[in-house]
Amino acid sequence: MVSQSGNEAGGPAGTGWLARAWDSDVGYSFRTSPVAIGAAFVSGLIILATVFANVITPQNPFDAATLNLMDGFTPPGEAGAGSGMTFGLGADSQGRDVYSAILYGTRVSLLIGFASTVFSLVFGVTLGLVAGYVGGRIEALIMRIADIQLSFPAILVALLVFGVARGLMPPSLHEQMTFAVMTIAIGLSNWAQYARTVRASTMVEKRKEYVDAARVIGLRPFPVMIRHVLPNVAGPVLVIATINLALAILEEATLSFLGVGMPPTQPSLGTLIRIGQQFLFSGEWWILLFPSLALVILALAINLFGDWLRDALNPKLR
Amino acid sequence: MIHHPMKSGGVSHRSVIHMRHGRFALALSAALLLATVAADARPLKWARSGDSLTLDPHAQNEGPTHALAHHFYEPLIHRDFQGKEVAALAVSWKITDDPAIWEFKLRPNVKFHNGNAFDADDVVFSLDRARQPTSDMKGAITSIESVTKVDPLTVLIKTRGPNPLLPNTLTDIFIMDKEWSETNKVQKPQDFKNKEENFAVRNANGTGAFQLVSREPDVKTVMKRNDSYWGIGQFPMQITELTYIPIKADATRLAALLSGEVDFVQDVPVQDIERLRGQQNLRVNVGPENRSIFFGMDVASADLKTDNVEGKNPFADKRVRQAMNMALNRQAIQRVAMRGQSLPAGMIAPSFVNGWSKELDAFPAGDVNAARKLLADAGYPNGFSITLHCPNDRYVNDEAICQAAVGMWGQIGVKVNLVSQSKSIHFPLIQKVPPETEFYMLGWGVPTFDSEYVFSFLYHSRADKYGSWNATRYANADADKMIESLSSEVDKAKRDATIAKLWTLFKEEVIYLPVHHQTLAYGMKSGFDIPVDVANQPKMKYVSFKTN
Repeated sequence: MVSQSGNEAGGPAGTGWLARAWDSDVGYSFRTSPVAIGAAFVSGLIILATVFANVITPQNPFDAATLNLMDGFTPPGEAGAGSGMTFGLGADSQGRDVYSAILYGTRVSLLIGFASTVFSLVFGVTLGLVAGYVGGRIEALIMRIADIQLSFPAILVALLVFGVARGLMPPSLHEQMTFAVMTIAIGLSNWAQYARTVRASTMVEKRKEYVDAARVIGLRPFPVMIRHVLPNVAGPVLVIATINLALAILEEATLSFLGVGMPPTQPSLGTLIRIGQQFLFSGEWWILLFPSLALVILALAINLFGDWLRDALNPKLR
Repeated sequence: MIHHPMKSGGVSHRSVIHMRHGRFALALSAALLLATVAADARPLKWARSGDSLTLDPHAQNEGPTHALAHHFYEPLIHRDFQGKEVAALAVSWKITDDPAIWEFKLRPNVKFHNGNAFDADDVVFSLDRARQPTSDMKGAITSIESVTKVDPLTVLIKTRGPNPLLPNTLTDIFIMDKEWSETNKVQKPQDFKNKEENFAVRNANGTGAFQLVSREPDVKTVMKRNDSYWGIGQFPMQITELTYIPIKADATRLAALLSGEVDFVQDVPVQDIERLRGQQNLRVNVGPENRSIFFGMDVASADLKTDNVEGKNPFADKRVRQAMNMALNRQAIQRVAMRGQSLPAGMIAPSFVNGWSKELDAFPAGDVNAARKLLADAGYPNGFSITLHCPNDRYVNDEAICQAAVGMWGQIGVKVNLVSQSKSIHFPLIQKVPPETEFYMLGWGVPTFDSEYVFSFLYHSRADKYGSWNATRYANADADKMIESLSSEVDKAKRDATIAKLWTLFKEEVIYLPVHHQTLAYGMKSGFDIPVDVANQPKMKYVSFKTN
């Protein structure tokens, strides 16, 4: 089952591709699962909204020059004292429209989430393939490193990578490099699961006849790994990636909440929650509540989708 | 509240002692304990946003560092809550027949925490230590030429020319034990900006009202009452155990006070003052602090590293500085970022300070168009970009002020990249030689209540004992000479005229961009009444419990 869906994903794209996917077992499972449809719809909506954020928001919250400090702390639905513009979800301490800030912040969160997931996927799958296929000392080395890393919480590893990267870079670069550093820090904290899964699947696959056949016709190990083994181990990787995306977004939010992530002038969801948290006791609830809700909904939707995908791709559950 | 709940710390401590005498004694004394301990064993948990940077008393001239140090160490003269000078380790002081020599009579029968006796040798040693190159206090006592011992309880301080204001400059110069310092090889102050460590950084041996029990930097510092303190009987001294806990996040710090986990919060977030006022069991005291908040710029380097202008320094042009000054809407910052809890400012000295005047403290109204025009005249019609360094755990709403200012400068086309970080990273950027920041936020308190202190640290060119906090690279030989003349000018009218002249010059040159004078809000359980200390260095030996 796993290999079949893997083949499908790697199959030729054409007019029949979508229809075939719709008719497949996975497609059927999707059609009949309201949770999956709902989660996919919500995730899709959020992604679309963040992509078109600059069109559908009244303000660019990253451009400090457009903010009016006198709008600060405007309650939801009221007009600001400075600019006179109406703030649907209220304004934060800097006169930033909370609604605009959420969409722009979600965009940052999603971008870092996607980029770091791709990073850990490529890194982890490569190492896992090599470990599983080559075996021996290289395998032992890679897998022990993975074991060591898995014994720490991912957030600690991310903090460590972030701290070391900051220390190595000249301070003047910190601001521009925050995005890249966050991506690498979160990506590096999550590669071990991919490597473990892929190694296990690779060890099973490499003993199969088609791999022997490929070797017999004289292919070198690299093409065998990439063109023959990889497509057949890709199914579980997809599931891990989906669930990891939600985790990466939460990890980014945690780092930013702790103040080591995105700066307050370019807030991600975590930074917005950190800012809002200061006003927890003073009555300006909207600065904290709306970004937190957005984070919960986003993480929940992606997680539910990932859960469904895992069940749909797991033949044992059917 | 009639009966304070028993504080477990005090009870268990006593119990342990009594256990040694046997179970019978323990049982017998139980009732007695309840009565006596409740009356005299009083812990106080004191929270603030940031920690002391070091326990070495001469390594950092920084408010919270001194605020904590005042509990272990003592200067010759200190200030009470109102800012009045009070005799500490000196009992009397006077100018001798030579107007350049002061005589200090020292307090007899004073012991350091380790039991060593305090005498003139310790004073000579400490004042010499505070004038070493690695000391951050040297700028405060530039006028001292030499310190000599006459007898064990008499010290002469010779100044470079007569200095009638010498006592004012000694209130933060702490006295260490010479013998202890030599044993532990801390004769030189810690070189803080180069991250040096020494024994005195985590250990303290002073004459103060509290003794260090344990310290975990950025977590907590535990102190106990010094029961052989010389001031017992003179001060309330009711707190037996003092715990200092830095809590950075505003909401967490406030929650700690609301839940009763801490007894005293030295910096109530401005947004929460109203809420605390509504609480029955809590008290908020609000008052002005002797401190001004401002931005500094590199006004002299040929080129800036963090800007996007090649081969030129935009801040070197006075019109750019004026434009930056005009773009700052101080009233908006006061109303929104500070919720009214500040006094917008035009000079770096609040009204307590000799040299302050209403005219000098005036500031331009936020005028975007005029600022844009000035920028265009200076050759930057489209503005430029620059990096601003800002602390995020030092001053009231420091990060929020920086963010608001970034927006205001953005409106005149100056794109400011904000880097806000902890004060332990921020301050070395300013103090390093050469400084590693070209645009920064700083706050300055004036413990001497005289403008000379501001000039020596912030305006004098960086040389020898002067200008250690001046990261503007501003260097004006004439002004330097005038500043140096202040410490030996005896004629008050002439001295004040020089001060006025200097302030006018610096304001005209727009060396700094003052934002406001800070206002403080202390929050505490209603069992205490700790008034706002104008230097923001509350001394806990003065604190007493209300018995109602």
